[in-house]
Amino acid sequence: MSEKIATRAAYGEALVELGKQNDKVVVLDADLAHATMTVTFQKAFPDRHYNAGIAEANMVGMAAGLSTTGLVPFCSTFAMFAAGRAYEQIRNSIAYPKFNVKVAATHAGVSVGEDGGSHQCIEDIALMRVIPGMTVVVPADANEAREAVFALAEYEGPAYLRLARLATPVFEGDMVKPFVLGKAQCLREGKDAVVFACGLMVNESLEAAKLLAAEGIELTVVNVSTIKPIDAETVTKYASETGKVFTVEEHSVIGGLGDAVADVLMGKVHCGFHKIGVQDQFGQSGKAADVLREYGLTADQIAANIKAHL
Amino acid sequence: MNFDELRSVCTQMRRDIINMTANAGSGHPGGSLSSVELMASVFCNRMNVDPQDPHNPDRDRFVLSKGHAAPCYYAALAAKGFISRDEYADFRQLHSRLQGHPDAKKIPGVDASTGSLGQGCSIAVGMALGAKHQGKNFKVYTILGDGECQEGQIWESLMSAAHYKLDNLTVIVDNNGLQIDGSNDEVMSLGDLAAKLAAFGFEVFELEDGNDLESIAKALDAEVVGRPKCILAHTVKGKGISFMENQVGWHGKAPNEEQRAAALAELEG
Repeated sequence: MSEKIATRAAYGEALVELGKQNDKVVVLDADLAHATMTVTFQKAFPDRHYNAGIAEANMVGMAAGLSTTGLVPFCSTFAMFAAGRAYEQIRNSIAYPKFNVKVAATHAGVSVGEDGGSHQCIEDIALMRVIPGMTVVVPADANEAREAVFALAEYEGPAYLRLARLATPVFEGDMVKPFVLGKAQCLREGKDAVVFACGLMVNESLEAAKLLAAEGIELTVVNVSTIKPIDAETVTKYASETGKVFTVEEHSVIGGLGDAVADVLMGKVHCGFHKIGVQDQFGQSGKAADVLREYGLTADQIAANIKAHL
Repeated sequence: MNFDELRSVCTQMRRDIINMTANAGSGHPGGSLSSVELMASVFCNRMNVDPQDPHNPDRDRFVLSKGHAAPCYYAALAAKGFISRDEYADFRQLHSRLQGHPDAKKIPGVDASTGSLGQGCSIAVGMALGAKHQGKNFKVYTILGDGECQEGQIWESLMSAAHYKLDNLTVIVDNNGLQIDGSNDEVMSLGDLAAKLAAFGFEVFELEDGNDLESIAKALDAEVVGRPKCILAHTVKGKGISFMENQVGWHGKAPNEEQRAAALAELEG
């Protein structure tokens, strides 16, 4: 069994590596450095880490201001308080003037677990993707999170990086693909349907594909780690080839990956289409695995859901 | 510039504000007119900025946190040569650089996009922090509205300015006492602003006449070390146009042609 690392942990490590290479990188946090893992960067570069206190709106504004002086700010808090609390600051202080700020939000989705529905942001992809010019990235595992940090530091402009609290398997062997901003990666090919997934749901979808393969159903699984700008070419290709499309995300079925894929295909590709995600409801407390099961986001449930809609 | 020269810049800026808003048939003359002396003193007479080199990394920075006073900002930008008065006809029109609220993407010399109240001061704090971080000597100035101080984010940003000991930051509050729905006190009392600002760690300079150039200059000149400076300027909304002064109704209403002529005539006086 492969090693399990949370994408937030990979983010903290990657920041340190990036910090060594690029002295323009500064990191902001809002009293959650030990949870977002920016503490790793803080230990390595105490003079380049700014704690804004429990004041996310101001943190985002400060990041905007810092970026105008030539620095490359990464600012972090939980997804709920970044995309949620500071939505309009991200929109007006960062995205509207197209400032070079990276908002790296951890504890996204229901896999936050015990903290419950108030802290499980299932709307952030929708909120960030609707902002004009915003880049939105959801890494599937620790390696991809690390590479995404470097890619976003290279990219000049506003970006949202969605990270998870839960430690999940690190991809091995053929599943390891280089992260290219704006490129979806096909991890497995099968003729019966295509599954477009992001974040933690990529691994669950791969496991679901194995379960269905045992029943003779062959799935293509594509990791859509850049939600915006979405890789329309790859999405169109596999949707056309298989004619049956499933999307799987640890996010509301409204406005997230599913809708991003639908936007590409609507009116262009004639295909079956079914979205799997959190159904227009809030999350709740529980162990992460139990919460994921409660919302139908485990491999066996995804497999059953796909089979029922084939 | 000496005070006489600066006074004539202010008069021209008032003409510009009247013309811009009258041309557009919309905009915010009241709060633009109250900020004129503050804006002119900072942007036209103090800041190290150059229209030929608008992106110089060592330039001073300005953030109009009360972004609805855009006509006042544009008048100052024109006075400094960043934009041309010929563009005024385009204010608030389609495809114009002169958006209803300042857009940093469109105008070299505008350092932040503002207008959504409460956000500009945080951006100014980030700029001042960026200067300290990189050992740069540039100064950062921001003008806030008093009504804007009802936004919680303002107090978050003020707290952080003191925390980071940003003595390269000057926060100016244009305290004209009025906002869209009435006086500050009718809408949501700000209480003792000077005491609050001091309690948040600022060295506060309270100007009884915030439209007086000499008082403004004195406050701007005062050296403050180890903490941020705040100039709490008691101004007159609609200042300089008799029928607009202290009138809530002129917050977000443009003068018609008759009113434009009357206002310009007063400014000739």
